[in-house]
Amino acid sequence: MKRFRRHGQESQRDRLKQELFQFNKTVEHGFPHQPSALGYSPSLQLLAIGTRSGAIKLYGAPGVEFMGLHDENAAVTQVHFLPHQVELVTLLDDNSLHMWTLRAHKGLSELMEIGRFTLTGPPGAPPSVTRVTAVLAHSSGELLLLGTEGGHVFIVEVPGFRELEERNISLDQVASSVPDDYIGRRNLEHIEALQENPVNPNQVVIGYGRGLMVIWDLEKQCAIQHIPATQQLESVWWAEDGGYILSSHSDGSYCRWMVSVEEVNEEEEEKSDIPYGHFPCKAISKIIQLPTQEGPPFLLFSGGMPRASYGDRHCITVIHSKTHVALDFTSRIIDFFAIREGPQHIGDPSALVVLVEEELVVIDLQTEGWPVIQTPYLVPLHSSAITCSHHVSAIPLKLWERVIAAGDLQSTHYSKRPWPITGGQNLAPDPPQRDLLLTGHEDGTVRFWDASGVCLYPMYKLSTAGVFHTDADPNDNMNQGTEGEWPPFRKVGCFDPYSDDPRLGIQKIHLCKYSGYLTVAGTAGQILVLELNDEAAEQTVEAKVVDLLQGQEGFRWKGHTQLDVREEPVLFPPGFQPFSLVQCQPPAVVTALTLHSEWKLVAFGTSHGFGLYDYQQKNNVLIKCTLNPSDQLAMEGPLSRVKSIKKSLRQSFRRIRRSRVSLRKHHVNNAAKLQEANARLEAELAEMELAPVQRKIEARSSDDSFTGLVRTIYFADTFLSDSSHNTPSLWAGTNGGCVFAYMLRLPPVEHRADEPVTAQSAKEIQLMHRAPVVGIVVLDGHGAPLPEPLEVAHDLARSPDMQGSHHLLVISEEQFKVFTLPKVSAKMKLKLTAVDGSRVRRVGVAWFGSSRSEDYGESGLVVLTNQGDVHVVSLPTVKLQVHYPCVRREDVSGIASCVFTKHGQGFYLISPSEFERFSLSTRCVVEPRCLVEVPLLSGSSTQRRPKPDVASSAHRNARQDGEDAEVLQEIQKSLEGDQTSFLENNVKSAVA
Amino acid sequence: MVLSAVPQPTSQPGSRMSRQQQHRTPLKLTDNVVEVKSKFEAEYRRIALKRNGPGGFTEFYRLLQNIHRIPGVDVLLGYADVQGDLLPINNDDNFHKAVSSANPLLRIIITKSEGEHVVLPTDSLQRRKKGLGLTGLRTSGSDSTRSKNKPGLMIGLPQNFRQISSIIDVDILPETHRRVRLHKHGTHKPLGFYIRDGVSVRVTSQGVEKVPGVFISRLVRGGLAESTGLLGVNDEILEVNGIDVAGKSLDQVTDMMVANSHNLIVTVKPSNQRNNVVHRGSKTSMGNSGSVGSAGSAGSALSHDSPSPASQSNPITASNSIAEGDSDDDDDDGDLILENDCLTPYESHRVTNSNNTNLNRPLPQSVSLPNSVGASLSDSSVLMSNHNGNPAHTSSSSQESMREDGNIITL
Repeated sequence: MKRFRRHGQESQRDRLKQELFQFNKTVEHGFPHQPSALGYSPSLQLLAIGTRSGAIKLYGAPGVEFMGLHDENAAVTQVHFLPHQVELVTLLDDNSLHMWTLRAHKGLSELMEIGRFTLTGPPGAPPSVTRVTAVLAHSSGELLLLGTEGGHVFIVEVPGFRELEERNISLDQVASSVPDDYIGRRNLEHIEALQENPVNPNQVVIGYGRGLMVIWDLEKQCAIQHIPATQQLESVWWAEDGGYILSSHSDGSYCRWMVSVEEVNEEEEEKSDIPYGHFPCKAISKIIQLPTQEGPPFLLFSGGMPRASYGDRHCITVIHSKTHVALDFTSRIIDFFAIREGPQHIGDPSALVVLVEEELVVIDLQTEGWPVIQTPYLVPLHSSAITCSHHVSAIPLKLWERVIAAGDLQSTHYSKRPWPITGGQNLAPDPPQRDLLLTGHEDGTVRFWDASGVCLYPMYKLSTAGVFHTDADPNDNMNQGTEGEWPPFRKVGCFDPYSDDPRLGIQKIHLCKYSGYLTVAGTAGQILVLELNDEAAEQTVEAKVVDLLQGQEGFRWKGHTQLDVREEPVLFPPGFQPFSLVQCQPPAVVTALTLHSEWKLVAFGTSHGFGLYDYQQKNNVLIKCTLNPSDQLAMEGPLSRVKSIKKSLRQSFRRIRRSRVSLRKHHVNNAAKLQEANARLEAELAEMELAPVQRKIEARSSDDSFTGLVRTIYFADTFLSDSSHNTPSLWAGTNGGCVFAYMLRLPPVEHRADEPVTAQSAKEIQLMHRAPVVGIVVLDGHGAPLPEPLEVAHDLARSPDMQGSHHLLVISEEQFKVFTLPKVSAKMKLKLTAVDGSRVRRVGVAWFGSSRSEDYGESGLVVLTNQGDVHVVSLPTVKLQVHYPCVRREDVSGIASCVFTKHGQGFYLISPSEFERFSLSTRCVVEPRCLVEVPLLSGSSTQRRPKPDVASSAHRNARQDGEDAEVLQEIQKSLEGDQTSFLENNVKSAVA
Repeated sequence: MVLSAVPQPTSQPGSRMSRQQQHRTPLKLTDNVVEVKSKFEAEYRRIALKRNGPGGFTEFYRLLQNIHRIPGVDVLLGYADVQGDLLPINNDDNFHKAVSSANPLLRIIITKSEGEHVVLPTDSLQRRKKGLGLTGLRTSGSDSTRSKNKPGLMIGLPQNFRQISSIIDVDILPETHRRVRLHKHGTHKPLGFYIRDGVSVRVTSQGVEKVPGVFISRLVRGGLAESTGLLGVNDEILEVNGIDVAGKSLDQVTDMMVANSHNLIVTVKPSNQRNNVVHRGSKTSMGNSGSVGSAGSAGSALSHDSPSPASQSNPITASNSIAEGDSDDDDDDGDLILENDCLTPYESHRVTNSNNTNLNRPLPQSVSLPNSVGASLSDSSVLMSNHNGNPAHTSSSSQESMREDGNIITL
């Protein structure tokens, strides 16, 4: 009986787990790593980016995004939307073509691959014959023209990828008709470009690498005109009225060729120009020209810079009337296109969209000065390398608005125009709360991102560099340009990976969302306390030096020096303004940081010890050295970037020397004792380094390196000394498995400013297994984690249970262990490493709401292990609940960058520029939900709508008669019905 | 140590206060006297010994016979060392070792010598409540051994050595495998081995298959692993503390071993299969746990017929109940906890000394171990000595090496 009942409970628990936990990778934020291709559909208003890793990402209106991944691990080299349809074709590095479509399913669109195709040439032909170099998606939406390296054009019917062999344009057909006087007629080379005549879909221009262009009639299957350009061809553009063709060449020139209406006489090059001429120039890789209703057209081209003086610049030139600007990007240009106005998207160009290697830049072409439009997505997170991140859930509206206001003042140089790419509908419900993601960067900035929804939108940027003297010239403005400079450069884009001083790097961030106090800590042991101020203020930031060595002798810091603080008052713009600075001595990187806004205390730790700082009285309350006297490494400062290179160099020298020593050692036996010991140490070192596949099995000991490094620091109001009075306390955990607890005495509020805060050592716990302590949490009488400071005061959390006994949860890399309080004795534990072989890398406390009942929820620990798995551990019973593979085991930086939210979501870096967002909760899931419909094209011949997800329909021919249209309309209706019922469901579940 | 060594006027036995203070007894170590508490059957005696000149073993033996009033009885002496192991005292050397390692007090356990069959069980102080489910197997096996009273192979008394390794589960493992337990505790020797990735050959239904495996790649000279002779280079590691390592990466296996390093049980497939245990007919005829002292050589791996540990009938074990609660296989309860808030009189002292590195000392015995031997032992002993009065006073001996000191005897 008993057994049965227990079994019942277990299955009940299993059911509950299903209601609480569910793992999803929901959306990727930021800018795709290594983009390699760009595509745009004017009719869908969608932008597509292909990457070198084979990913394809579609973006429309903010919140509308799709992502697909090719099975082949090959780079996407070209992306083409089929005109007026929801299909797109991608060409990969491995010469395969892939057809993707946006298929509606339950009222939401999904990006899926529906076909793949590889050109097959005649047997025995060299692979170059079928190696695709140019793709033209014909405006009929039924044909794909594929130009190859061998100079042939293959015509393929889409979406089924049926080769139409009889219509192929072979090189021989073309070559035979080439005028005899054309120099390069013997070798036309590969097909560089294919363009359709905008006014006559039967005509295409075929551009050969050698320079020759041929206008071909698809109906009559013959060449109409030959354009005998003699320079290596880079790109071709057929003007909108069909009257002329622009060609750009590898010598930095572009030419304009008239197209004759009478198909007979050969037209001459009308105009040729090398825009940045005289001296040799680099190729113009792409040229487009767009007319305006009134006035001269826009001419846009990339490249063409004078080779010697500006050959290293990444430029796009925009020429309109008398205005001529060379937009100077900070990374290589992948591709660009222009967006045009009007319902048919054939009006004046309104925006220039440029994909460069590290960011997407959109230029407003309609506003004077062509300002940049702030992108709502695809923002380069890595404009300076990300060094840490911090997530704050459920920001109060007031703080939110103030941060936005401060951010608005910073983005005045952006265009006021709305985002020009508007495809698709965002059907995602409004985010339930305002979430903030803070990223710390190497250049000393902290960026605030709106992480509430699918778009990670930049809100505000805080720079801490102003507090210090740096080598950077403050007048070094990005947008400066000398008058009369030629070419007329203008710097655009925000990607700037060069840091003035790596010591400025932000390592830890803590924001109190209720009070608006922020503390950030950096690489050179600097800790800044900042306050949100809506007005600009000029103030001096006084530095307080904290000597963490506390008289420990025999150590010499060999790392970087501390930062020089500006002594004169500094003008801080509205936003977060620093008012207090602590500088640790030695200036080692800050490894733990926390802020208690109610007590007005900041606690921090480095590899040498930890300290407690009273930011109201600007006074050090406590300094504790955690250094183990035998730990030499801690002093060397190997965590500093500069040092690590030096060290590895030294070690490699040692290794070389060592190998010589070992040869000699057999002969020389009478070495001094010290030398022998040194040699042994070095041998061990060398052995470890030379044989990476070998692992030493050794118990941890107190003299391992970095045992004193403070990994975590925590404030709690709990029963530290006796079970009847709770007191403020400070907890710190070290790499050596040691936990220090201090009892804090705070003066009453009315004397807070003048009476000192004191800290008294209360407890020290040395974990026997000596694994690094990565987290400390105090659980209240109900077993729930203590709320954040001020959370209760703002009525946002239930006040903790102070009646029952509190428990201390110490999370080491190997174990989760619950101790009783105030008398510390072990109560429960969960061994992770001993059983599983994995170690805790990141840990957070999260609340999980049940998907079935609104008022049921549990707190749990969210854990990311060194194996890349995420686990949920129940509280207070410390039992493993669920686990899912999340990050690749080898992706060390991804694992290290992971940050958890308070509601069971998380972020980690999948590349230096992209966050993957994942969710463990059934209730809190932020994922794109969007619908893309086929634009209705007035009077156009063939056109399809989103198809129901019936497999056979994918291959259905596109021809529709009246009946078909009716059916489709019905389907459309039912889809919409689906959608509304889905929305209803949503509402219902929200009410339930 | 700067902390004052005030003799504690603690005369409230059993009270929480005195218990707390007793944990601080290292304070008394400055005195040149060792407390000795000896136990024979149910009786305790407390005496003091000079640390510097405790005399020889025979004197001590006679003294104990005297104070326990068992002058004619042949007895065996044993002492509980800091790790809670019961080690023998039978010559001058290990007697001196016992005295010098007494910290703070030397606990002597006297047992009647019953001919040559009684030996000190090496494993007696490590009751396994869990682990690999070995306990049940072991007791049943040992019972049968005992009932047959088979003379079998005799292993002499361990001479001042602590068990550092054992072969276990011989009866349930295939002959080609060996399960070795390494006791890291107590020794300051490094575990001392390295592991590597490798390829293992398995015979499956499809034939011979090559699968990735983890192997011992190197033994450190003078390390624990090497000194046992039970592990060798190129031995394949199959399990770590009962967990199969198949499918786990080298780093995972490393982490598992390090996490279990205080009590590491590895199941290996020795590369040298010549030393394998051969089952001799009856499964139960042999004890299931073999033990090899640090003096043991590789050859002694064969002599796995050790005295049966921890059976209830064994009088020695029964009297060893003082060591209950020792949990050296459970690392966690060995956490060191310093509760400064309980130390009211010393508080100021503590606080000022807080950056003293006293916490970094690797030896756990100096600070309170909540569930450790020290605590339970001292509690029970205090009660016991009160019941029995203080017979040590009456049986004072004239030998010079012994000295009574009321201050130290009372706790």
